[in-house]
Order: sequence, then structure tokens, then C-alpha cells
Amino acid sequence: MIATDTDARPRSTFVHDTLVVFRRAMRLSLRNPVWTVMGLAQPVLYLALFGPLLEPLKVQLGVGNAYQFFVPGLLVQLGMFGAMFVGFGLIAEWRDGVIESERVTPAPRSALVLGRVLRDVVVIAVQGTVLCVVGFAFGLRAPFVGIVLGVLTAAMLGAAFASASYAVALTVKSEDALAPLLNGIALPLLLLSGILLPIVSPAWLKDLSDLNPLKHVVDGIRAEFLGDLSTATSLWGYGLTIALVVVGIWFGTRTFRRENG
Amino acid sequence: MIHARGLARTFRTRRGDVDAVRGVDLDVRRGEIVGFLGPNGAGKTTTLRMLTTLLEPTRGEATVAGLDLRRDPAGVRRRIGYVAQSGSTSGNARAGEEVVDHALLYGEDRAVATARGKELFEQLDLDGLWDRTCASLSGGQRRRLDIAMGLVHVPRLVFLDEPTTGLDPQARANLWEHVRALRDARGSTVFLTTHYLDEADALCDRILVIDHGTIVAEGSPDELKRQVSGDAIVLTVSHHADLPRAEAAAGALPGATLAGTEDRTVVVRVPAGATLLAGLLRSLDADGIALDAVELRRPTLDDVFLTLTGRSLRDGETPPTPTGAPA
Repeated sequence: MIATDTDARPRSTFVHDTLVVFRRAMRLSLRNPVWTVMGLAQPVLYLALFGPLLEPLKVQLGVGNAYQFFVPGLLVQLGMFGAMFVGFGLIAEWRDGVIESERVTPAPRSALVLGRVLRDVVVIAVQGTVLCVVGFAFGLRAPFVGIVLGVLTAAMLGAAFASASYAVALTVKSEDALAPLLNGIALPLLLLSGILLPIVSPAWLKDLSDLNPLKHVVDGIRAEFLGDLSTATSLWGYGLTIALVVVGIWFGTRTFRRENG
Repeated sequence: MIHARGLARTFRTRRGDVDAVRGVDLDVRRGEIVGFLGPNGAGKTTTLRMLTTLLEPTRGEATVAGLDLRRDPAGVRRRIGYVAQSGSTSGNARAGEEVVDHALLYGEDRAVATARGKELFEQLDLDGLWDRTCASLSGGQRRRLDIAMGLVHVPRLVFLDEPTTGLDPQARANLWEHVRALRDARGSTVFLTTHYLDEADALCDRILVIDHGTIVAEGSPDELKRQVSGDAIVLTVSHHADLPRAEAAAGALPGATLAGTEDRTVVVRVPAGATLLAGLLRSLDADGIALDAVELRRPTLDDVFLTLTGRSLRDGETPPTPTGAPA
């Protein structure tokens, strides 16, 4: 028969518990990779069906090949859209009672959200890498360091948006409320980010897009894809990415920590 | 194991504050199976969620498994197991992996967690289901899996929220066996909520009756039933014309109170009905009153509930859940 319980948690640390949650989430994602593959299909379709339209504009865009301009945009789109809708999966888990049963363990609340965010970051990093490889086949040529930084940025945006998505999902607890809410945020952010085309005029539209941090993140990656790693443009990109991660994770962990969340 | 004083919880909603629990005092001793009985919306789950650290009490104090609920919630979590009403496993995850992962979050070693999980699967009649996805299990199996999840870290105190809701009678009886075994074989203390009287009656050493957020009665099932004045004798006469005479005869029994007449049936409550029944039947026979049926009914917990609250437990099936309160 089983011995009496003890209060000792020899392996109980924030990192350990985060990894337990991460491994569980990763296992479930790998077992049902449909969403991961579909998430990648979107940017690859853009690459194949929209990218060629930009090729004649490469001089105006100031790049050697159109994909140097376009792939950074797709990376940001991947980081944003790949992560923004992870909340739906969380609502399903919440409905199954999984979140509640995890919250009644002594694991730190932040580990419950960060383990899942880590899974999303890994998925997006892999998708971003595949995207760049496919881009290379289409004719993307850019410095290797720039590409690595671009994929890293996408992964970090993924962390920010996934964490925020979990927070919103756990607050509204309903797919019917989550879908319009996320779309309402995602669409203007996307249109004002210059992901597909650079926003140069009219002036009011440009001014509006300047308020969108994602626009500067895209510009940063574009600079990095041209080999510029330390000018103001790329520095703004790094800084805003880190700021988004901090805000996103703060929002996510705060919501999980809140009672009844 | 549990000592709570004045535990209360108010939910803020758009329509104003809702007092889900208005101040609960309760004590549970080591090794007891205690049932928390009440209709839906009475405050059972809210109380349970407070005792399991999932919900912070608005007022009141509690010690759970020897630790203060407010000062050391993480310590309380380490010592208790909680089987929620809503389940605890993802449909597309595999049963065994869910149990092991859950144990890992309690800081258990993977090998120990796996061994314990397999042992629990055996004890809970889940053999052979380790690698199955949770969605492919039957309702009863998935409920027992929830219980395995709640026990895998060997808690000294186990909370079960409506453990048998939605199960067929056979699965319920089977689960009761497992709950009894928790106490008998492991020495665990069990605190469960239910709105089934037969469940509380069959399973619990002691019952707390909650209604409108306060505890209205407490005792063993027998003690509670004794609070209802005695047994019911139900007589069904063959001819409607005989009813007044049957009523008079039954009403003349020592200590009898008439509990109702209907068509050809008369119900009286008497203390110790079994000792009076034979005499009553003889006198009815002597009066030439023919009977179609005689029934001696021991009081049920439903009678208790009716006596205590003025309404039947079964009336409470549709809960007046306040908006914003957890389901």
C-alpha cells in the first residue's frame, strides 16, 4: 500500500512546473498537428500567391528582392496570428476542468500559463524557420543573422500574443465572445502594420500606423534582413518586441494568479 | 481535518451582490466521510471552492489539513486532493499521461508517479485504459479517472464535488465502493457534496445540510432522520367510503399526527411505527375495513430536508445561479 504523504516537493520549482506544463501541451500539439500545419499554410500561401506581385516593385521598396521586404511581414503576421487564437484551446481545456485541476496543485500559477506560452513559442519558431526556408526557395536572399533575428522576433511576438490570448480567454471563458474580440483587435493591427505593403501615404494613415508598435517591429526585421542590425530602426524593433513580451506575459500571469480566473 | 468559522463568500454581479455562502461553520474529523447536502445553488460548490483555495473567502477563517487557508494556500493545496464537478482531463490527452503530469505538478518523481498511477488504475477498475484518450472513456470511467487524478499525490484529505452526477445507477454504486475504500483502506478523510439523498445516506458518516448559504442541520443520517417525528404509516383502503374511519383509527394511535389523505390513501406519522402497526391492522380488520395496501415508511433524508427547509430537495433541480458566480 502507498505510504503516507509528505509535504516535501523536491522537484518543485517554477522552472520544473513550467516544463511539466510545456511538455504536456507540446505532446498534445504534436499528437494533433493539424492546427500547426494549418497555421503555417497561411503565410506560405501568401508567399506563393502574393509575393510575386511585389517583385516588380522591388526598386520602389528599396530591396534587392521582394521577399526581403515580404518575409519579415509574414514573420510578424505568423507571430501574431499563430499565437492570438491559442485562447480557444484554453477555453476547451477550461471546460474540461483541466485548468481548475491544475490550479488546485501547488504549482505556481505563472507556470501554468508560461508552460503553454513556451509551447506556442516553440511552434512559432519552427513555423518561422520553415517559412524562411520556403522563402529561400522562392528567391529570398538575406543575411543569415538577419533571418535568425527575424524568426526570434516572431517567436517573441508569439509569446506576447499567446499570453495575452490566454488571459482574455480565461476572462471571457466563451468562444463566442473571444472570436469577435480577437478579430476586432487583430484586423486593425494587421492593416496598420504595413505587413503587405509599405504605408507611405496618405499622411493620416501613415501617422496612424506609426502608433502601431507592430509596424516598427516589421520595419526592424526588414532592416535586419538588409543586414542592418544596429540602426535606430532595428533597435526600435528589438525594444518594442521586448516591451510587448513584458506586457503580454504580465497580463497572462496576472490573470492566472487572480482567484477564480 | 477541517475547521471553518464564519466562512462566507459574496459575488459581485451587475445586479448587485449575491451572498452565495453566508457564514458556514463546520468541523470534519480525521477518517470521516462527510456529506455536504443541499439543492443546486445552495452554496455547496462555493464552499468547496473556498476550502480548496480556489476561491478566496469574503469573510471567515478556516484550517484545512492543519494549515491556515488564508496564510498558506499553497501548503493546503499540497495536502488535499480535489475532484471537481467539471472533470479534470483533456479529451484528446491519454489517461495515464494526464495522471502522471498531474502528479509531477505536486513535485512527485516521474517513476513514483507512474507506479502510483498504475496502482490507482488497478484499484479504480481502469486497467488497460492507461494509453487510451480520455474522450474514448465511458462516463463512469472518466469520473474514476478524475478520482485517480485527485488521489495520485496521496492526499490526506479528499474533496469530491458531486462525484456521481450524470452516472448510471451501476456506475454510482461502483463509485460509492471506491469512496468507502478511500477511507477504509487508506484512512483518508473524505468531504463530498451531493444533492442525492440516497448517496448521502449510503455513504456518509455525517451529513451537513446547507440551504441558502447556511448550514441548517448536521448529524449522522440516522440522527437527522430521527429529527423527523417518526415513521410514516401509509394505508390504502379498498373503498373510498371507509377512508374517514381508517383516518380516525390511525389518528387515534399514540403520538400520531395526520400527514395527509388523498383519494383512498391516508398517511400518519407515528413514533416507532413498527410496534403499532400490528394493533392498527387488527382494529381496522375488526371494524370491517378492507385494505388494498399497507406501507411502513422509514423517514428519508428528503423528509428531513422538507422538515428543515419547508421544501423538497427535489424542487431545487433548476438552480438560481447568480451571474458571475462559477458554475
